[in-house]
Amino acid sequence: MIKWWKILGALLILYTIVWGLQNSVPRLDILNETIRNVYYHVPIWFAMLFQMGVSVWFAIKQLSKNDLKSDILSDQAAQVGLFFSIPGLLTGCMWAKFTWGTWWTFEDPKLNGVAIAVLIYLAYFILRSSIIDELKRARISAVYNIFAFVMMNVFIMILPRLTDSLHPGNGGNAKFAQYDMDSSLRTVFYPAVIGWVLISLWILDIKHRMALLKHKQNED
Amino acid sequence: MISVPLTHLIKKEFLIEFRQKSTLAGIFVYIISTVFVSALCFKKIINPTVWNALFWVIFLFITINVSSKSFLQETKGKGLFNYIYYNPRHFIISKIIYNMLLMATLSLLTFFFYSWFVGSMVQNMGMYLLCLLFSSTAFSGVLSLMSAIASKASNNISLMAILSFPVLMPLILVSVKLSKFAIDGLAWSVSFKYLLILVMLNFVVIALATLLFNYLWKD
Repeated sequence: MIKWWKILGALLILYTIVWGLQNSVPRLDILNETIRNVYYHVPIWFAMLFQMGVSVWFAIKQLSKNDLKSDILSDQAAQVGLFFSIPGLLTGCMWAKFTWGTWWTFEDPKLNGVAIAVLIYLAYFILRSSIIDELKRARISAVYNIFAFVMMNVFIMILPRLTDSLHPGNGGNAKFAQYDMDSSLRTVFYPAVIGWVLISLWILDIKHRMALLKHKQNED
Repeated sequence: MISVPLTHLIKKEFLIEFRQKSTLAGIFVYIISTVFVSALCFKKIINPTVWNALFWVIFLFITINVSSKSFLQETKGKGLFNYIYYNPRHFIISKIIYNMLLMATLSLLTFFFYSWFVGSMVQNMGMYLLCLLFSSTAFSGVLSLMSAIASKASNNISLMAILSFPVLMPLILVSVKLSKFAIDGLAWSVSFKYLLILVMLNFVVIALATLLFNYLWKD
């Protein structure tokens, strides 16, 4: 059965892809037409952070209730989040190449933060695969998940605001909203955020159902 | 559960360590030889950034090596004993306090040998030592929990490194920045912000470690 929010998500993404390439955008130096990447790059990161948030929420739930269902959902959400980091990185690299002139720079704390976030979740999956007992794995990986999520947020939310960053809104740079997030950008940007979050939820829904079936199969 | 006071637990950690002097001596030799190898490789370091980075890399490996054994020695039988006799909160706090003292001492030792063999470049010594102190306490908070997690998993040191490196990264970056300020001899007002972040990270890390350890405790 297809639920309404799945259709809404697909329609919103279709809208942002079609209208995002057609509508008029502010003409800015250096950014030029690449400003349209704000419809793809930023919402994909939001979707990733949203999935990481879902993952940590169910990790907390797992610890308080000690049920395997939350653990399965937490694991799947982390996988979807990590999956979304790939298009997020690729669109970010392309944007960086055409505005800052390089694919990757170690000078920017947000880029470093993202690399660390990817490493953290890879470590999370390695930890999961190294424990065989299911209940034990659920508990220990939930502990690591919560700890890692807090440290990752310190890294990508707090530190960039204190040091120099090339990203807007960080380290003395003006926020996007202040100079170029005009109404024509907003008509695509906000639907794009909602659309990508819904699509990530759809992927999570499918993956979660598959994982539950697999879990049931192993039990029998 | 019979609750044993915290002070006894801390005392126990020290007793175990001093009874087996070989591990402490091992750490001592490890520090001297790593610093000596880097001194031989680099001969003379002129660039303060390189000096700082090398110091933190050496220190990072020392801390991971030292802390990985803090839970690895807790075997299955001992775990049951601990579970009956100790309060989990006291248990992790005693481990963290012990690791803090150990790592603060080790950081001073490393710094001493490093400045002896490679040469010191620090201009604001007070700030540098404060930075060393607070980073080693925060390191020990993170590493105690990571060591507990690794000991519950497959119990190997490589897992410990895989789990801790990414989580330690925000801490290391703040420490590197702060110690660089101290090396350049900048005024206290400039680096006060970073010192504050380091202290706050200490609180966050220790609070999280004590909170989450409860769930690692039961088997």
